[in-house]
Amino acid sequence: MKTAAEIAAAVRDGRASAAEVTTDALARAEHHRGLSAFTQVFTEQARTQAAAVDDLIRERGGAGLPLAGVPVAVKDNICIGPDTGYGGRTTCASRMLEHYESPFTATCVRRLIDAGAVVIGKTNLDEFAMGSSTEHSCFGPTLNPWDQTRVPGGSSGGSAAAVAARICPVALGSDTGGSIRQPAGFCGVVGAKPTYGRVSRYGLVAFASSLDQVGPFATNVADAALALEAISGLDPFDATSADRAVPAWSSELDTPITGLTLGVPAQARAAANHPGVTAALDAMIAVYRELGATVIDIDLPLIDEGIAAYYILAPAEASSNLARFDGVRFGRRAALGDRDSLLDLYTRSRAEGFGPEVKRRVMLGTHVLSSGYYDAYYATALKVRRRILDGFNAAFARCHAILMPTSPGPAFRLGEKAADPLALYMEDVYTVGVNLAGLPAFSVPAGFADGLPVGVQVIAPAFEEARLFTVARMFERETTHHQRVPPR
Amino acid sequence: MLTLAQTRHVARLARLALTDAELEDARARLAAVMGYMERLKAVDLAGVEPLTGVGPGANRLRADTPGPTLPSGTPAALAPARHGEYVRIPRVLGEGGGA
Repeated sequence: MKTAAEIAAAVRDGRASAAEVTTDALARAEHHRGLSAFTQVFTEQARTQAAAVDDLIRERGGAGLPLAGVPVAVKDNICIGPDTGYGGRTTCASRMLEHYESPFTATCVRRLIDAGAVVIGKTNLDEFAMGSSTEHSCFGPTLNPWDQTRVPGGSSGGSAAAVAARICPVALGSDTGGSIRQPAGFCGVVGAKPTYGRVSRYGLVAFASSLDQVGPFATNVADAALALEAISGLDPFDATSADRAVPAWSSELDTPITGLTLGVPAQARAAANHPGVTAALDAMIAVYRELGATVIDIDLPLIDEGIAAYYILAPAEASSNLARFDGVRFGRRAALGDRDSLLDLYTRSRAEGFGPEVKRRVMLGTHVLSSGYYDAYYATALKVRRRILDGFNAAFARCHAILMPTSPGPAFRLGEKAADPLALYMEDVYTVGVNLAGLPAFSVPAGFADGLPVGVQVIAPAFEEARLFTVARMFERETTHHQRVPPR
Repeated sequence: MLTLAQTRHVARLARLALTDAELEDARARLAAVMGYMERLKAVDLAGVEPLTGVGPGANRLRADTPGPTLPSGTPAALAPARHGEYVRIPRVLGEGGGA
């Protein structure tokens, strides 16, 4: 498979057609069906859309189509309506929305299509994006292309697996507490979580609205830049989208990083790390020193508290956001008897529609918001959130970007963390702080441990994605981790 | 320590009909997670203002100008139980009602 940049250039120049590229991508999706990366594949719609891209280029050339003919996959918590020609279901991998067909389209998807991309399918996820393994899907788990006994990470595991298996060069995910970066790390691809507000959330099914952000997966930094450029920017339909110019990141990648200072928190070498993770971080530091960057020790003291704060705030917001699933307006509705009440309709529809992890988080969120517990948990977590942001700001007074593992270990086995309620949450120890602080952070392929990919994340101040692209690209140029592909 | 009665109360607030086995599982898992949250009590938060979000501050309003919207029948058609153009719910008034 070629990169997104190569595909788009070839399709624009007439050296390839979007139709051929799409046919190949659909064949790869079929070949890798066993991974269960997709919840649905848009076979016919993608061919129609590809033909439309080819027609457009024949009629008026390829200008304004930075993603001409590029096959993309979209996480199945992002709405695609019939207005695009695709339609289909937006399931959130939940029985609740198993048959839901969104009447409208997310802004990020609309922008991908406008840029010439061809959507080949919707990808699997942990139900309502709640999880770090893609095991909590009503369609069953997605498998890691590197080792099919292991999870791809989550919640955007289907998107990560699709890109890692080279089914498509770009996929969209969403990141509320690490749901792009952690699966990117587990699958050996680039995962870009932009600044909160950089990408419109219109059409993203809400999990925790103050933390959710859409971003791309790609096999390399340049493709991630192309995709993020296409989807970023102000959107009148999302009041939290930022009124900021979108830089031409993809044309400014190869900028030397001499003079940059990179900070490595003491907490990044925690004892709980797999030794291969710490080794990958150290190897990355050596590369950056070689490139002329200064690497300094910093402190991010509230990392463990970040997990506690996150697992109060995100479930609290989720319990509110998921209140809309009531069996009345859309989604699953329980069968009732004549004597059953409206309350029965709510409680039974939700009991039937939500899976175990979603129920747990809704319960947790309801509990921390309930009378008598609000101050002790929710209000306290909001103050910790402020302290975490202050901690990042203090660090950025000393360095331009922060390096930290994406996860404490490589991909774990399916079912390995199912029994212990905290074990799975601890997977997010290095990622949730970034969401609480609203920062941009990219996970980049940084090495291998026990034959499995390891990601390291680069974190920058808000709206400094340009710095992340440069720092990530300079490392990529010196290494070959991103070129390794999983066994067929 | 979270009791089963407290867990049942939370399930009712969350509008979830759980079986006794699910309630006990929820109680055990909630208790474990809440135990982990206790570490927040050790953080010095004197004088710290809560941070509810990291956006630009106040939400921005868009201009109040007419534009295309979904036809009224489109969202109504999503309802799993309908009566003509209306969404059907159980009786909430009179005998058998009460949410």
